[in-house]
Parts: sequence; C-alpha cells; structure tokens
Amino acid sequence: MQKSRFVSGLIGAVALVSLTQCFTQKKNEGERLYAEHCQSCHLEDGKGLRGVIPPIAGADYLENHRNELPCLIRHGIEGSITVNGVEYNQKMPGVETMPEDDITNLLNYIQTNFGNQNRRYTLNEVQDLLNLCPPHQH
Amino acid sequence: MIRNNVIFKSILPALLAATALFSCSPSSEETTLPILGEREAIEKEVDGKTVTDTVYHQIPDFAFVNQDSQKVTNATLAGKIYVADFFFTSCPTICPKMKSQMLRIYEKYKDNPQVMLLSHTIDPKHDTVAVLKEYAERLNVETAKWQFVTGDKDSIYDVAMQYLVPAQEDQTIEGGFTHGGHFVLVDENRHIRGIYDGTKEEAVDKLLSEIPLLLKAQPHAKK
Repeated sequence: MQKSRFVSGLIGAVALVSLTQCFTQKKNEGERLYAEHCQSCHLEDGKGLRGVIPPIAGADYLENHRNELPCLIRHGIEGSITVNGVEYNQKMPGVETMPEDDITNLLNYIQTNFGNQNRRYTLNEVQDLLNLCPPHQH
Repeated sequence: MIRNNVIFKSILPALLAATALFSCSPSSEETTLPILGEREAIEKEVDGKTVTDTVYHQIPDFAFVNQDSQKVTNATLAGKIYVADFFFTSCPTICPKMKSQMLRIYEKYKDNPQVMLLSHTIDPKHDTVAVLKEYAERLNVETAKWQFVTGDKDSIYDVAMQYLVPAQEDQTIEGGFTHGGHFVLVDENRHIRGIYDGTKEEAVDKLLSEIPLLLKAQPHAKK
C-alpha cells in the first residue's frame, strides 16, 4: 500500500515536471530559436550593428515584407535591402533545416518583441508562404 | 580521511572567498594598470654594479594597410593608447557583438586623439582594402580614430599571438576561422595593459573605466 502510493506519487510528480517543462519550453521556443540562430548578428536587443546588420527592433521591413519572411529565414538573403531608410548589404545565411513550426515560433517572437507589435503568423500561413519561396541556389 | 574532508570543505570555501576578496578589492582603488605578458629579468651593469632590470612584453614593430590603402605601422600609433582586436567582416558569430561594443569605445573617445582603435582582419583574402573601406563607411567611423587593417596573413596571425589573442583558420567551423573576441588595451610604449572580452558588455564597461587610468598615467610615461 505504502509502496504503491509512493509509486503513484512519483509518477504524478514526473508527469507534472515534464508537463510544465513542456509548457515553458514551448512558451520560450521563439526566444530560444532567436538566441540560437539570430542573436549573434542582430544582437540581444535586436538593434543589429550600425550600418552593417539591420535592426529587428522597430524595423519597418518586418511589416513591409511580412510575406517574404518565412522564405528569408529558411533560405537567407543576399544583396541590398533597406530598413528604416538605411541601406544594408550583408549576406544573411538561411537555416535550411528549420521546420515550419519553428519558423512560425521564431517569426512570432520577432514580430511581437523588441518593441514590435506586429501581426502573428499561423502555422498554415507560414506553410503556404514557404511553398511560394522564389527560386534560390542551394 | 574524514578529517581531510572536513578541512577541504571548510577551508576551501574560506580560501576561495579570500581570493575573491583580494582579487576584487584592488581594482576599486587601483590607479595604475598592470603590464601583461611574459617578462624577463635582465642583468646589466650600471656604474660597475650589476642591477636587474625587468623587460616587459612589448608588441613588436608591425606594418599593415588600412581601409584607405594607407600604411599603418607602430609609428602611426606612437604616443597613443589603443584598443586592438581581431575579426573578419563576414564573421557570423561573435564579430557583430564585438563591433557594437567597439562602437561604444569609438563614440566615447571620438574627440580624444590620444585614443585609437585598431581592428585586424584575420581573413585578408576576403577582407581586401575595398571591403574594409565599405565596412568602415557603413559603420560611419573615421579612419584617424579607427583603423581597419589587413596585410600578410602570417604577419596578422603572428601579431595576434603578440597581443595574446588566439586566432586560427579552421574550415570545420562556421565562418571558417576561430578567434578570440578580446579587446586588448595597449599603452603608448606598446605594452599590454588589459585584456577584455569584447563580446561582453560588462567587460567593455571595465575597459571604458580603465582607459582614463591609462590616459592619466600617459603624459609621464617613459619613452
């Protein structure tokens, strides 16, 4: 009796821990992906590097090019772009292996943090946009 | 054995605490910065007596080319204190952070000709004068204050070693190079007076607080 109570208690505790961990991780997924793939260049505050790496914080590009962003994350971008009136030309590598749900989480994190208050994406929307990616070299 | 354990458990933390205390307290009162690197004791004869003189590690003569295609040598930096680092323009890892921190130093000492910045590319094949020029222009910085230099690859890697900064070509890692994100504070006698992690804001805060100590000491420094 004593033992089975202990076992069930243990199972309950394990379940609780794994559940909460699951939730916290999901909640922070966008932040984690940002730290892993974006932060070294766009920096912790999302401000980029003056003149060299465009900001994410308060960037008009996120709204003006909203539909291109999923492809941009996956395949990268090369050539000149203008963000908040400043021209940048630094190649950004893509993350070809990033799954669609991660891209969605990452973009939603970017669109709603760093002072940004832009519309979120649904997974379906990101999937549709990824199907329309322009031809790219890889 | 048990006794040993007790000693270990009780003394070690105390020792650590003491070390931490000692290593922390001087920095608040310190008015001069140490000279880093290997030193040698050299015996020489002065007035018939043998005296021991300490020879400190000094950055050797160097010659590179900057973003304006001008030659930059130790003479260019003579009489100045400067912060040196190693990077490459296409670096996807620590360089943007380093450069954003270097910009803090640039902005703070923009109007003080005594302070200069010297960034060496460790990828001279890609980072030509033209590439460095564009990079500096995009950062919107003045050459007179912030020199971006390129040159013979071996000379750059050799001088990195003299600055005590690890730098190496490595095709197996992202970006193709491995290097330390150090900012090296050098005095007008080309002695290293501090090494800071250029990717950490707090470390650069420390550097910014230590430059004035060096500036204050400089006018009386021996040539």
